[in-house]
Amino acid sequence: MSREITGAQSLVLSLEAVGADVVFGIPGGAILPAYDPLYDAERLRHILVRHEQGAGHAAEGYAQATGRVGVCIATSGPGATNLVTPIADAYMDSVPMVAITGQVPSAAIGTDAFQEADICGITLPITKHNFLVHSADDIPRTIAEAFHIAATGRPGPVLVDLPKDILQSATAVLPGDIWPPTLQLPGYRPVTRPHAKQVREAAKLISAARRPVLYVGGGVLKARAAGQLRTLAELTGIPVVTTLMARGAFPDSHPQHLGMPGMHGSVAAVTALQKSDLLITLGARFDDRVTGKLASFAPKAAVIHADIDPAEIGKNRVADVPIVGDCREVIIDLIAALQAETRPDITGWWRQLDGWRRTYPLGYDRPADGSIAPQYAIERIGKIAGPEALYVAGVGQHQMWAAQFISYEHPYTWLNSGGLGTMGYAVPAAMGAKVGRPDAVVWAIDGDGCFQMTNQELATCALEGIPIKVAIINNGSLGMVRQWQTLFYDKRYSNTELGTHPDPSTRRPRRVPDFVRLAEALGCVGMRCESPDEVDATIEKAMAIDDAPVVVDLIVHQDAMVWPMVAAGASNDEIRVARDIAPDFDYEEL
Amino acid sequence: MTTHTLSVLVENKPGVLARVAGLFSRRGFNIESLAVGPTEHDDVSRMTIVVAVDELPLEQVTKQLNKLVNVIKIVEMDPTASVRRELVLIKVRADMSVRSQVLETVTLFRAKVVDVAPDAVTVEATGTRDKLDALIRMLEPFGIRELVQSGMVALGRGSRSITDRSLRSLERTA
Repeated sequence: MSREITGAQSLVLSLEAVGADVVFGIPGGAILPAYDPLYDAERLRHILVRHEQGAGHAAEGYAQATGRVGVCIATSGPGATNLVTPIADAYMDSVPMVAITGQVPSAAIGTDAFQEADICGITLPITKHNFLVHSADDIPRTIAEAFHIAATGRPGPVLVDLPKDILQSATAVLPGDIWPPTLQLPGYRPVTRPHAKQVREAAKLISAARRPVLYVGGGVLKARAAGQLRTLAELTGIPVVTTLMARGAFPDSHPQHLGMPGMHGSVAAVTALQKSDLLITLGARFDDRVTGKLASFAPKAAVIHADIDPAEIGKNRVADVPIVGDCREVIIDLIAALQAETRPDITGWWRQLDGWRRTYPLGYDRPADGSIAPQYAIERIGKIAGPEALYVAGVGQHQMWAAQFISYEHPYTWLNSGGLGTMGYAVPAAMGAKVGRPDAVVWAIDGDGCFQMTNQELATCALEGIPIKVAIINNGSLGMVRQWQTLFYDKRYSNTELGTHPDPSTRRPRRVPDFVRLAEALGCVGMRCESPDEVDATIEKAMAIDDAPVVVDLIVHQDAMVWPMVAAGASNDEIRVARDIAPDFDYEEL
Repeated sequence: MTTHTLSVLVENKPGVLARVAGLFSRRGFNIESLAVGPTEHDDVSRMTIVVAVDELPLEQVTKQLNKLVNVIKIVEMDPTASVRRELVLIKVRADMSVRSQVLETVTLFRAKVVDVAPDAVTVEATGTRDKLDALIRMLEPFGIRELVQSGMVALGRGSRSITDRSLRSLERTA
């Protein structure tokens, strides 16, 4: 008789065969059979998290830092539903991730059994694809298909739901014998090779443009095309803007880099797009946070739009030259096509861009009361940890400042939740990034609000030897919401005060929670910094600790705001460099 | 808004209908009519979806549909170059006093009676939307007790098939 294994063993062997080295997860009833062979697995490390959301974001952080597929695992029902937020996050930011969930036994499906949730139904709109496995024989092929779908084309999350009886049943299909299994995906054929005619059309437009801009999105990072982008930019001399998802795709120090466009983008980047006559859009999706009011976005620009996802092209903005393909191949082909073309003179354009850049650099005020400017604290972390470190942000003011005031020189050094805007992303994602890149310094730049959503994963970090560093940019409130209340709700601070600062009336510290003591309780080193002259010393102290996670509670001024800003729904022409201050564009038509 | 008919070849797997239907509602489109059934290939089902939507959103919904892993192929049916049919079953009041008039109407539309009761008949008819609407209008005065309609099915005219090439690729992967 041939050898048989259980579905659970098949799962673990298949994960090893597909090349997974780490899974983040928590066991529970329905997934329990899988945890037995996992106990013996030699090539697969399981990291026991404290909440399934942490497992999901850790898988994302791992994937974004390494480019490999991140894996998380949870049990049925609440375990699976706790993965919903990170799955939605990965879907919005095109992060390759495979989520494995236990399910109640096949016979109990549909009966409202204990810990039953229709997780395939629930995640239908937020996964690239999902599978409910019906036979243990199908496990190797399904795992191979899940990884293939997650990693290829436009990457994204894939969920594999495994009923308990399938994990327990015997199968003679041994992953080792059949690997790689034949994929059965007749409807899945992502286009990666760009159409030569479209590339030629694009090259023609580029050669004729007087005010071109390379509008670079996260797709360039997904395509691992940062090197090619630099070649293209330097060949053409065209200015580059990198979106929130593309920070690091082009060195911030490069003279052709105008910074980040969008709601909190630099004046030069936002205005370059507005005044442009040609947007060379590479792996970006004309998100509302970039375009502002769509009807008045870049009104005079023709659009070249290259994306691996055909559905992105023409979704928000009509493309004059659509190119479906992998950004790396698109850029390589563009470089080749442009060799033959003449180079237009864009020195006039650069004169204007330089003028905007000079007149409206990113900046911030030092608080008059001598407290720490949050931007300063973040800027110093960036300077001291340097461009080789990884920076992982939560969502809100600190995220925007981290995008603005840290200089990113290398791809995959900036991780954040861009599309979904998930508070609580930073700590677990930093954990996953550190697992994927153990030799890199990993800083989570977090807010006091975000930190309180997922900080329990610091226990995981402490016990599993994952020494991340966390900077809590503590302004005592839900800062970005408070900023909107300041600007648009008449300073009525409804439910944004968090009590992590001193009480404004008594001036007595409330510090609930006390982040230093919380960090220590979670097995981390905790420190606090309340004065600008202690910032460097504190960061350096944190940098010197390499054998434990560190949490730095940076008490910053509460009223600092993120500028520049384009109000939600407003035109990018309405950009404000500070409250009620609009740039004065000295603009001549070229 | 104009009406478009999409023929969608999908893998014959559980849950595919939910994926397709969910995509339409999620992106804010209303399905006017939907018919699903097997094809000449066991692993492939064919959906005929009628949707009222402008040209640009239609392009977007088609692209989004194409991204579904279980969707193999989508073709928009040109109204002038395709045969479209719907089926309707109508239970109409027909006691002895009006029965001959009802039957006359049925014959006129080349429909047929498939069930008879003392005071009613059930009529089966196939045809285009216009023809079926006309039949229903003509039968209404007698009193329609119950009515059920299928979704539209459509096939391109001529000898070409939309399944040929897709099925060849299916066989390659099998």
